[in-house]
Amino acid sequence: MSTSATSPVSAPPHAATRPPVLEIGGLSVDYGVGDGAVRALHDVDLTLRRGEVLGLAGESGSGKSTLAYAVTRLLSPPGVITGGDVRYHPRGGEPVDVLAMTPGELRAFRWQEVSIVFQGAMNSLNPVHTVRTQLTDVLKAHRPQMSRAERVGRARELLSLVGISPDRLGAYPHQLSGGMRQRVMIAMALALEPEIVVMDEPTTALDVVMQRQILRQLVRLREELDFSVVFITHDISLLIEFSDRIAIMYGGRVVEQAGAAEIYRDPRHPYSHGLLHSFPALHGPRRELTGIPGSPPDLRAMPSGCAFHPRCPKAFEPCGLRTPHLAPVPGTGTGSDTDTDTGNDTETGRSVACWLNDDRRDGEA
Amino acid sequence: MSEEHSEERAAPPPGRDPGTAPEHDGRVVLEAEGVSKHFPVRRGARALLGGKRRAVHAVDDVSLRLRRGSVTALVGESGSGKSTVARLLAQLYPATAGEIRLDGRPARAGRGRAFRAYCRHVQLIFQDPFASLNPVHTVRYHLTRALRIHGRAGSGAAELEKALAALLERVQLTPASRYLDAFPHELSGGQRQRVAIARAMAADPRVLLADEPVSMLDVSIRLGVLNLLRDLKERLDLAILYITHDIASARYFADETLVMYAGRMVEGGDSETVTQRPAHPYTRLLLASAPDPDRVTGAAGDGGDAGDAGETADPSASEPPSLISPPAGCRFHPRCPLAMERCRDRTPPRFDLDGGQWAACWLYDTSGDVPATGSAPAAGTGRGSAS
Repeated sequence: MSTSATSPVSAPPHAATRPPVLEIGGLSVDYGVGDGAVRALHDVDLTLRRGEVLGLAGESGSGKSTLAYAVTRLLSPPGVITGGDVRYHPRGGEPVDVLAMTPGELRAFRWQEVSIVFQGAMNSLNPVHTVRTQLTDVLKAHRPQMSRAERVGRARELLSLVGISPDRLGAYPHQLSGGMRQRVMIAMALALEPEIVVMDEPTTALDVVMQRQILRQLVRLREELDFSVVFITHDISLLIEFSDRIAIMYGGRVVEQAGAAEIYRDPRHPYSHGLLHSFPALHGPRRELTGIPGSPPDLRAMPSGCAFHPRCPKAFEPCGLRTPHLAPVPGTGTGSDTDTDTGNDTETGRSVACWLNDDRRDGEA
Repeated sequence: MSEEHSEERAAPPPGRDPGTAPEHDGRVVLEAEGVSKHFPVRRGARALLGGKRRAVHAVDDVSLRLRRGSVTALVGESGSGKSTVARLLAQLYPATAGEIRLDGRPARAGRGRAFRAYCRHVQLIFQDPFASLNPVHTVRYHLTRALRIHGRAGSGAAELEKALAALLERVQLTPASRYLDAFPHELSGGQRQRVAIARAMAADPRVLLADEPVSMLDVSIRLGVLNLLRDLKERLDLAILYITHDIASARYFADETLVMYAGRMVEGGDSETVTQRPAHPYTRLLLASAPDPDRVTGAAGDGGDAGDAGETADPSASEPPSLISPPAGCRFHPRCPLAMERCRDRTPPRFDLDGGQWAACWLYDTSGDVPATGSAPAAGTGRGSAS
């Protein structure tokens, strides 16, 4: 896979015009069944394009991890996928429906095509096995034709890929620092050269210095190996720097998605705006910041209409009654996507789920 | 060495200027002078057969002052010793060396009564409100217990109820009746942290040590909690030590910022100065690593990775040192891009810069005389005025 990797990414025209690698349509996930069910994801539409870093931002309970688990079919009971589809586009092949895969197909699909770096990855290494065992394990399962020596060779290669000296192969997780453990996890996720790497808060437990090193490495690796990244975090200021596109989730829905710089310059959803203004700036005038009043919604008692309206400073009459749907924002296309028709392709332009925006659009139209 | 250094400081500029106040400053409530903490390492079989006892040098020679009505931020990576400083100040464990003074009097609270008397003045808030509240007890229990211990429960149920309501109101959990009988799991993270703050306030302390009070909270409610702490500080004239790894929030919240690296303080001063004109190379690294959306807004969507590719060789791309055998000299020198010869073997003292800022870095030694060998770095060499 990596052999054909370097050519297309060397001069990406625009992230927005690349072919999709994963398409999520109308995905809904419940926790529990029957009356006690809690809806964690509502009709999520999202497209991941080849070679891009898609940031998923949101607070705890917004459904970002659930989304990651649902698309990899890792959701364990009581989580139930109640609707929607997830289509994976292999390189030069027909799209595959991930949700219809048999266990055997899934086994081949996971890690080979989509790998995941779990939340708290620092602690997801097995403490009683060496790094070598854990890195070669995945190769043993997926590449049975490899000899032992080849596997170890590949493991060494992987370690140096993430900037760890290969002589640490014999180390146990407790002998490595947090940052190194995290990098081992990333190496493991890249072992089979997957098309998509899902990273669920990969650097939350790390220091800023280490975080930047790891992200820098990730960006470099992505350029070398041309995989797509779904980067899940609550730290939107990090996403703005590191991702191409950002989807912001709130209460189980994507409320806004747009290019990273666009969202930073001109957030269209009041929640995005609030989130961006929840981070004190390092430079510029010291302003009084308020964060967002209230607390994230309880999934058991979601507000009617727009889930954000009880906390929204701009809420008005329709917000509490009807739920706004993700809709493209016309007239805001930046240079990169004016050539595409934002009217019928929500994924190339920016889209937002807010009545405020709807009104504005109506006024303009 | 910082001790001698602080004594020879010039008269403080007008106003509350961190770092330059003389000894008799009445606003200083809690101070640490040259405090160190070493944790002995468990001896292995080899060490038992002879060999010297090793220790983790968690905190070395840390001096700081907490003033009433002012927030001091302590910034550093994990493992830099910032939480150890908080615990030393809270007297949760004894210092290996140095002195902690409350109101100018040496405080060495042991356990029992003396410890409680100390706690009345100095309270600690922990990072994780999910772990610091007992899941089997209600908010009422947590707060009542704190009030009773510190003798502020009043006499009779009515007074207690009033005190409880006042506490919850202070942390903006109103109406109190909605929260008093709630269990921790019924509250959101932000509400839990507010309860933890209320519990600390039950002692009516003068010093609040907040150990990463918002890092476990959702982003959108962090500022709410920080603003609450600021409000408490202003209304009750509290001295707050704000421990964080997020230097941007230190800039936002704190009056004074101290930067720690590998158990030592490397820089201090007014928050604005430290974040806008960092003097120590480590502070610069920290600031350069902090997420900063402004860095890429000019660029297109994927501009974030443009400048990063070539920087993998930079020396800072290593890790903080082992604290069991910390590097000699300046502890940052193995990662420092500006390291000089003497950084390797001599620990830099504090050098004063303009406006109350100081840095423990040889770069700011303007005295010019480099003692050839051996002599311990004299504290007095540091009258530098580099800017």
